[in-house]
Order: sequence, then structure tokens, then C-alpha cells
Amino acid sequence: MSDLYHVSSAPHVRQKDSTSKIMLLVILALLPATAFGIYNFGARALLLILLTVGSCVLSEFVFNVIVHKKNTIDDLSAVVTGLLLALNLPVSLPWWEAVLGGAFAIIIVKMLFGGLGQNFMNPALGARCFLLIAFAADMTNFNCDAYTGATPLALIRNEGLAAVDLKAMLYGTTAGTIGETSVIAILIGAIILIMTGVIDMKIPGAYLGSFALFILIFGGHGFDGAYLTAQLCGGGLMLGAFFMATDYVTSPITPSGKIIFGICCGILTGLFRLFGANAEGVSFAIILSNLLVPIIEKFTVPMAFGVKKEGKKNE
Amino acid sequence: MNKYVERLYNGIIKENPTFVLMLGMCPTLAVTSSAINGLGMGLSTTVVLILSNMIISAFRKVIPNGVRMPAYIVIVASLVTIVQFMMAAYLPSLSAALGVYIPLIVVNCIILGRAESYASKNDVVSSAFDGIGMGLGFTLGLTMIGLIREILGAGTAFNVALSELPGPTFGASGLSVIGLVIAVVAIVLLVLVALQIKKKGGNPLTTLGAVALGIVAVVGFIAFLGKAFTSMTIFIMAPGAFLVLAFLVAMMNIIRDQMEHKGTPLAKPSGCISGDCASCSMHGNCADEAAKSENQ
Repeated sequence: MSDLYHVSSAPHVRQKDSTSKIMLLVILALLPATAFGIYNFGARALLLILLTVGSCVLSEFVFNVIVHKKNTIDDLSAVVTGLLLALNLPVSLPWWEAVLGGAFAIIIVKMLFGGLGQNFMNPALGARCFLLIAFAADMTNFNCDAYTGATPLALIRNEGLAAVDLKAMLYGTTAGTIGETSVIAILIGAIILIMTGVIDMKIPGAYLGSFALFILIFGGHGFDGAYLTAQLCGGGLMLGAFFMATDYVTSPITPSGKIIFGICCGILTGLFRLFGANAEGVSFAIILSNLLVPIIEKFTVPMAFGVKKEGKKNE
Repeated sequence: MNKYVERLYNGIIKENPTFVLMLGMCPTLAVTSSAINGLGMGLSTTVVLILSNMIISAFRKVIPNGVRMPAYIVIVASLVTIVQFMMAAYLPSLSAALGVYIPLIVVNCIILGRAESYASKNDVVSSAFDGIGMGLGFTLGLTMIGLIREILGAGTAFNVALSELPGPTFGASGLSVIGLVIAVVAIVLLVLVALQIKKKGGNPLTTLGAVALGIVAVVGFIAFLGKAFTSMTIFIMAPGAFLVLAFLVAMMNIIRDQMEHKGTPLAKPSGCISGDCASCSMHGNCADEAAKSENQ
């Protein structure tokens, strides 16, 4: 039948957007951070990225073959998961641990729950947290050819604000995971995503805003701009706020839900960073907030047009 | 099948307390951080289970129905106390590792469940075999969970370090040749078994073989990495217990499905503990019987 006469019931989709197109845009937006990571940490970073992406795509392919499902690797979501995971790993991580992380992200966090759209937490972050608990020493070892010593966040925590160089943190020439160091590269990617309409500012805005407020109140440095900037630019906060918290599947769909979700992420991150045992807490904060999403959505269902509130019946 | 052998088969495979009945989950998740701990916990429960089944079965006509639960508890608690002191005397390190979970055998659901659903209705010898079967099933479950957690979480199996295999090594970090050979052979065999399953459909034997080959492949890989292997602490901690248990239960379900497919019908899990269907986790399985008894 000709497309012209194709009649179906509403809604009629006119949008050309598809999963693979959005995923392609996300990959594009991640490229600046990826490129800077490779420049900053050397060829081994590229090797780790290729390994995790390969492991994710292969896991999804093999899983689909084993359970006789239609293959879904061409929607590129596995590539995004692999790339995001690699950007969250320290460059010195042993290769087989990275491969294991990719397989865990796809098979256990995503496919076992029903594939893309059904996973209850961000696969890349789920795998990062798995690796963080499983290989605590390797995952927090940021010594490599380019840098020795602690990440800026750990330096602030242990030696005070004077130990870090704010400009270097902005450019990204510091120790850290492969993709989190350069705030500028991440912001370029974030602007691409916002301009193309893939994400809106609700979640990142609420996240960063509530985090900044939390740091101002509880950080113990008062209105110290330098301390606030260091906390905002340090660790995985920017990468998490723009690329992981905004994951469609694991964030609320309602507008007010998005803001509540962002605030949850912000407060939890602040709590973990200031009062937790580790200097960094972005991944655990986002994962915990992911688990709250069903409840948040339940309480923020928008009022349908023309429907009266239950309490205001028959005035 | 001989009625006593049937009891053993029932306890180990058909109604395995860990993988099918899902009873006694608390010690299952808590103490299985190593194979030895799992084995120790399983065997001590087995001893208590056999003796309590026998005693309760022997007294089944004497114990008044209204106070049967307290009576069972007194019997089980006496047996547990004996086991606890024996263990503290002869196996002090295991006793220390299992800690509070040994006295907690008193309230283990498997023991009370078997007392209520089997021993109180059957003769002494059958009850003893029921206890042996259930106990061995529990031991098998705990040892398997413990073994897998120990291999992944500590790189050892029954306290033998996998990274210290003898034989030639290569590379800067000392990769083991024997480990590589084991891993490659296991993976090749695994692929062959998988092809066989794809061609002829799986049966319980091939599935068990595939699981065993998978474990051997992991062991080989860990041995291959040698010193470069970093143990995954998550498997020693609580989340690892849930992950491993979930995978083993899934495997058990595949095997049970295949057995039923082959024509060995498996009875639905039975073993009503309190007769209170509403609060029973096995409620869904006996909905028919409950409806029947209501109609009568």
C-alpha cells in the first residue's frame, strides 16, 4: 500500500526522530570529552574506550542471539553505554575489568530487565558502581603516565583548596577518570545536546543548582566562589549532570518530576561528597535517584486538561 | 523408585530447599562467603534436620496437636545446642566463622517446615531419609553458592589459591600457561555444547554440563591471570550473594523446565508450613488445592 493512503489511528508521528538518531547525537556530543580524554591520558585511554564499547555491543548481540530476540545493536544505545562507561573509568584500569564492566552493564543492568526502555538504572553507572565495589583499589587508582597523585576532589578534601589549580580543572589537565576531567569539553557536548533538543535544562539545572546550594550551606566555606567552582568542576559532576542523569529511560517523564529528580541527585551528591567516606559520590547519587523515579512519577502526574481536582468537586 | 531413594531425590533435586522451595534464605545469603562456610553450615543443618525429623516422627502420636510447635522448637533447640557445643569444641575456626547462624538453626524454616509437613505424618525411617535428602540439598545449594562467591570474590576454591598453579608462565606479570589451556579448552567445549543444544534442544545433562564448563572456564581464566587477577570484593559482600543465588535459581529453573519437557512431570512444590495460605510464599502453587479444600 502506498504511504500516501496509509491510514492509522492517532497519534500520527511526523517527527523524524528515532532512537538511533538520538543516540548518534549523544555520541557526537560525547566526542569532545572523549577526544580530550585521549589527548590527556594517551593511547591507553583509546584502547579502554574501544574495549568497553566492543564489550557492550558484543554482549548485546550475543544476548539477543541466545534468547532468540530481534537484534537491537543498531539502535546504538550499547555504543553510548560503552562510551559513557569508558569515560567513567580511570585510565590505569586493567583491560579485563573494563570488559567485564561492559558486559555487566548490558547483560545484567539492561537486557535482563527487558532491554532499552525497561532498565531501572543507567547501565553505564550501574556497571561503574559494580566495578567500584568489586575492584575498589583499581577503580580509585588515578596514577598513570600523565599524572601521579590524587584527583582534585580528593586534594580539596585532604589538603584544602590551595592544593588545586582551578584553571587546570576547567581545562581538564588533572587526574581523574578518562572523560570527566575537562569541564569545557563536556559543556561543548552539553550545548550540542541542548541545541538539538535532545535534553532540556530541567534536570541538569535542578541538579547543579541544588548541589551548589547544598555546598554553600554545608560546605563550611561560606560564600567562597573558588570553593564552589572547584566542587562544581571537580569529579564526575558535569558528566553526570548532563549525560547520565538525563538518560531518558531512568529519569522522570513529567516536567515537575524532572526538577524533583534533579534536586534529589544534587542533595545526595552533596551529602556523599561532604559527609561520605569517599571524595566522590556522583554515580551513587544518580543511581539512588534512578530508583526513586517510579515514585516521583507517581506523585507528579500532570492534571489532564478539563479534569477537576478531586477535592474541588461540585462547588 | 524405592521410597527412600525417592526421598533423597526429592530433597536434592525436585524440592531443593535452596533453589526450589527458597527456604532458609537468611543463612543462605549470610554465611556463604566461602565454600567451606557453606559446606559447614549445610552439614550442621543436615545433622540437626535428620535427628529432629527422626525424633519428631517417633513422638508424632504423643505430641498434642495444640502445642506441637513449642514441642518441635524444644526438640530442635536441644539438638542445635548439642551441635553448637560440639562444633565449638572440635571445629573452633568454623564455629567462629558461622557465628550466630549456628544457634539460629533453631528457627530455620527448613527444619520446622519438614517437621510440620513430613515428619509429623510419616514413619521414622522415611523421615530420616527425608532429612538426609533435604539436608544434602541444602548443603549442595550452600556449597555451590559459597564456591562461586569464593572463586570470584577471593580467587580461591576451598581455600586453595587459583593464582598459584604450578607450571610454566609467560609475560611480564606471569600469566599461567596451564590456566590458559584450561580456559581455552573449557570455552571450546562450551561452544560445542551450545551448538549441540541449538541443534537438538537442551536437556538437563547438557545444561548442567554448560554451567560446569562455564565455571571451569572462569577458574581457568583466573588461574591464567595469576597475580594480575584482582578479586571482586563485591561477591564476598552481600550483593554478590544475591547475584549468585539469582543465577543458580535461574539455572535450576531451566533444568526443571527441561525435565518436565522431557516427560518427567515435577510435582509443584508442596510443604505447607502453617496452613495459613494468605501469608505463605508458596501460596500461588497450591491455589487449586486451597480452592478444593474450601469446596469440601
